[in-house]
Amino acid sequence: MDVSPALSPWLLPALILVPFFGGLLAWYAERWSLTWPRWIGLLSMAATCVLAIWIWVHAGVAPVVPPHGSPEWIIEFRAGWIPRWGVSFHLGIDGLGLLMVLLTGVLGVLSVACSWREIQQYVGFFHLNLLWNLAGVMGVFMALDLFLFFVFWEAMLVPMYFLIALWGHSSQGASRGGRSRVYAATKFFIFTQASGLLMLVGILALVWLHQQNTGEWSFSYAELLYTPLSSLQEMLLMLAFFLGFAVKLPVFPLHPWLPDAHSQAPTAGSVDLAGVLLKTGAYGLLRFVLPLFPNASMDFAPVAMALAILGILYGAKMALVQTDIKRLVAYTSVSHMGFVLLGIYAGTTLALQGALLLMLAHGLATGALFILCGELYERLHTRELGRMGGLSRRAPHYATALMFFALASLGLPGLGNFVGEFLVLFGSFAVAPWITAIAATGLILAAVYSLYIVQRALHGPPADDTPVEDLTGREKLMMGFVMLALLALGLYPQPVIDLAFAPLAQIANWYALGVPGA
Amino acid sequence: MNAGALLPWVVWLPLASAAVLLLWTRIPRAGVTLLGVGSIAGAALLTAATSLQWLGAREPFTVVLWQWLQLESFAPRIALHFDGLALAMTGVITGVGALIHSYASGYMRDDPRYRPFFAYMNLFVAMMLVLVLADNLLLLYLGWEGVGLCSYLLIGFWNHDPANGAAARKAFITTRVGDTAMAIGLFLLYRELHTLEITGVLTAAPLVWADDTWTPTLVALLILGGAVGKSAQLPLQAWLPDAMAGPTPVSALIHAATMVTAGVYLIARLNGLYLLAPGALAWVGWIGAVSLLLAGTAALVQTDIKRVLAYSTMSQIGYMFLALGAGAWQAAIFHLMTHAFFKALLFLASGSVILACHHEQDIFRMGGLRRALPLAFWSFVVGGAALAALPIVTAGFWSKEAILAGAWSGGHHLWWAMGTACAFLTGLYTFRLVFIAFLGSEHTHAHDEDIWRMRVPLLALMLLSVVGGAIALPLSGVLPDDPAKPASHLPEILAVAAGLAGIALAWLWYGRGAEGAPAATPLRRLIQSGWGFDALYDTLFVRPLYALARINRRDVVDQVYDGLAITLMWLHRLALKPQNGQLRWYAAAMAAGIVVLVGAAQWT
Repeated sequence: MDVSPALSPWLLPALILVPFFGGLLAWYAERWSLTWPRWIGLLSMAATCVLAIWIWVHAGVAPVVPPHGSPEWIIEFRAGWIPRWGVSFHLGIDGLGLLMVLLTGVLGVLSVACSWREIQQYVGFFHLNLLWNLAGVMGVFMALDLFLFFVFWEAMLVPMYFLIALWGHSSQGASRGGRSRVYAATKFFIFTQASGLLMLVGILALVWLHQQNTGEWSFSYAELLYTPLSSLQEMLLMLAFFLGFAVKLPVFPLHPWLPDAHSQAPTAGSVDLAGVLLKTGAYGLLRFVLPLFPNASMDFAPVAMALAILGILYGAKMALVQTDIKRLVAYTSVSHMGFVLLGIYAGTTLALQGALLLMLAHGLATGALFILCGELYERLHTRELGRMGGLSRRAPHYATALMFFALASLGLPGLGNFVGEFLVLFGSFAVAPWITAIAATGLILAAVYSLYIVQRALHGPPADDTPVEDLTGREKLMMGFVMLALLALGLYPQPVIDLAFAPLAQIANWYALGVPGA
Repeated sequence: MNAGALLPWVVWLPLASAAVLLLWTRIPRAGVTLLGVGSIAGAALLTAATSLQWLGAREPFTVVLWQWLQLESFAPRIALHFDGLALAMTGVITGVGALIHSYASGYMRDDPRYRPFFAYMNLFVAMMLVLVLADNLLLLYLGWEGVGLCSYLLIGFWNHDPANGAAARKAFITTRVGDTAMAIGLFLLYRELHTLEITGVLTAAPLVWADDTWTPTLVALLILGGAVGKSAQLPLQAWLPDAMAGPTPVSALIHAATMVTAGVYLIARLNGLYLLAPGALAWVGWIGAVSLLLAGTAALVQTDIKRVLAYSTMSQIGYMFLALGAGAWQAAIFHLMTHAFFKALLFLASGSVILACHHEQDIFRMGGLRRALPLAFWSFVVGGAALAALPIVTAGFWSKEAILAGAWSGGHHLWWAMGTACAFLTGLYTFRLVFIAFLGSEHTHAHDEDIWRMRVPLLALMLLSVVGGAIALPLSGVLPDDPAKPASHLPEILAVAAGLAGIALAWLWYGRGAEGAPAATPLRRLIQSGWGFDALYDTLFVRPLYALARINRRDVVDQVYDGLAITLMWLHRLALKPQNGQLRWYAAAMAAGIVVLVGAAQWT
């Protein structure tokens, strides 16, 4: 691919280094003023958005499948690191990675903006953790060296632990399943750490097998793609990688960390978790599991799809009886990510594009829902649905926003989630009609839980008559932006589809036929 | 200028006005009225202009606005398709819609949420137009869900009462059950035909399914699921009576004239598909035939003025389904149109009654309203006569006769008999309502609250209910021709006689009004509840689902992990036990260890 001169390789490390140094600066800036760290965080994340859009504008990707079977990158950056073990600091970005990076940047901006009033303690350290977490996520979406990938994978966990443990909320005793923030943070950490360890074993085993075959040590994605594996080896390695990513997604029954982490985290943490961290699991499946182990993935697909529909229905069913609004939204994520998993393992181009669009739309819509939950908590000091009600008259703008994102969440046509879900279902129906038909019933449950939120929070008699402050200008700006983005994804998703077409069509081919030359 | 140039503006006008009304929160009331009613009236004028131009050449055309998305062969467009059927539907939606909007601007004039009301109403009209103008099934689905959303918002418009919210959710979720079946039908259709464009589907289907009736039948039945949900037919009919919780103009527009007939439109639009699946088409007819009787009997025992009309709507849509099943496609759309006229009239007139009686809706507490509300009375007489298909002078007569004649000559004598029986019921329940509410002695003091923006639509709809039967819809070419008229006049005479007998019986029983509601027997209560479907679904689906969810509210999977953690913690404590800091214990343990070791050495 011809690289435009505007695309320096250094753009890729810049995407990681800007939030990294932005975080350090924000931490340091706290001694000057409490507002400085916020502005530094906001500008750093805005800068990553600008960089991502810059790459998009100059990439000039055409929606065609690359003629030869090897992966193609818009930009690559490579620096030596540990040559002895074949480890290099190797970053690369294609349409898929770029969209994930852009999503990370956008949600990063929203995360900083939604913490403006909520976070009043250790403001600098908060932004350090937030930005370092996002820097780690950026690295995950760009790393082309499996060792580097694992480093970023771990690097994004620790700041998130602190975000939950230090700035989280502990549930009031009244709330069912109420738990402390430290409990939630620890649970999150143990789940992801244990599964990460399995993935590390998988990576090392893959590298070792590659060395046995070729005599060379390499952690390079492009080289490991062609590792010949026996079917047993492939299956075991695939399972190790799958478990690593499945906890993040999360796949039923590996989800229990999620409701606790989401509901106890500060708003920015929830936005970050739901919008970005869950996506790293789906990204990992797309980038690594399907291409590295196509045959084993194909054999495993019926199990994965069965887990997907279990997740869709189980998550939705759990959401039906939650009384804590953040916990409810958290369980809906389990349900939506089931659709993503279904699309990934269906593996047709249509389904993969659907999964990607759903990831983007879910990131935005659920991110916005968590922001709204946070705003509600700032105003009412409760997350209990039973103590809300009547907000459509007490705070009409707030009500409009919540209604909009609830509708996005139930898959209203015209919004991004609909396009994603329907592409997944259209694409999956071709390969697994029965599973798809069962998954589609999740649409009914989505209507039930979404309208339940609307009813309890917005309609009916108010729980009390204290006036509620409506959305401020900052909040309106955030909500308006996400609404426009979801409308754009819903009514004209073509630019996104074109950008991701080449990598996704290639993954679909590898998945269906195996990597050529492997 | 070609006819297509104006068509997009028919949709844009209501959509843009809805957007303005949603966003401009400080717009003055007069502005809301102007924008709310004016945009729909404008859309009606544009529809008229487009239709007049179209009627010259009668060539179907498509206006492509933009490519929604394109991915391999999956390429739905945002495109509007216009032909005779679209003309009929668009005309009804914008024409009757404009009248209802005008009425609503009077009916809702004192409501504090006047602006959102019109925002939702205009959004509804836009979505309904998308539904009937969509050139592909995915865009149709967008309109389909869009009207469902507006229906939800407007049923629950007075949302301070949780009961209204419950009715709104019931409507949305019940129709979503049908919509999901329809979505699965679309997945199957796309897998088989690789297109969702309606003309493409209708061309490809006979070729692809030349020797296959099973697949088209399955597709047709799944899509029928969507149709029965939206059109409140068995088995997804139970939401419609509750939907009357919305303001009355909403009931007139959404739950009588337009949205609930979307199912009829959908099946008519896909007539080529249903002709390939005779089994599915028979289901359409049977669903209609059973629904119309079920709803007709339920309407007989209602006491709420709007619920009578709701069950009546369900019953009349049953006629349309019956017509589709019998192959009387054009008669079905014809009845859809005349029904929109007279049912909108009846609902709007009932709105005037409700307003005049201070939101009293029980007909047994009205009585003698004829003197206080002459316009509403005559609206009810004219609309009721059209509903009861009074011969020659009403629009309803011509369309209902076309349906029954089609059923008879199509050889569906049983359906004809069911339809004729219901004609009797229709006459009876309609004039039972009219006589009880308007004749006899006054039970309440009514005060006419109508303003001219409400009177004009009533007069216009009265006119349409009388002469609307003369409108010849340009449906040939889009829809197959109806079965020929029966040779004998006997079936027609019998059907007319049945309707007249119903009216006569109503006169006999209620000609002098009624003093109080009849006692509620168990049978009456069963029929009044719409034959107990609510209770049935509640027991079968709602309760088990929630029971299952409640049992597991703590998430059993989570508890497994908690159990694991607790076990590990317990083992950890067990392992810590020996380290208790007491020398005696350590010494004893050491001695025991030595004994065991020495013993083991000795043993070997």
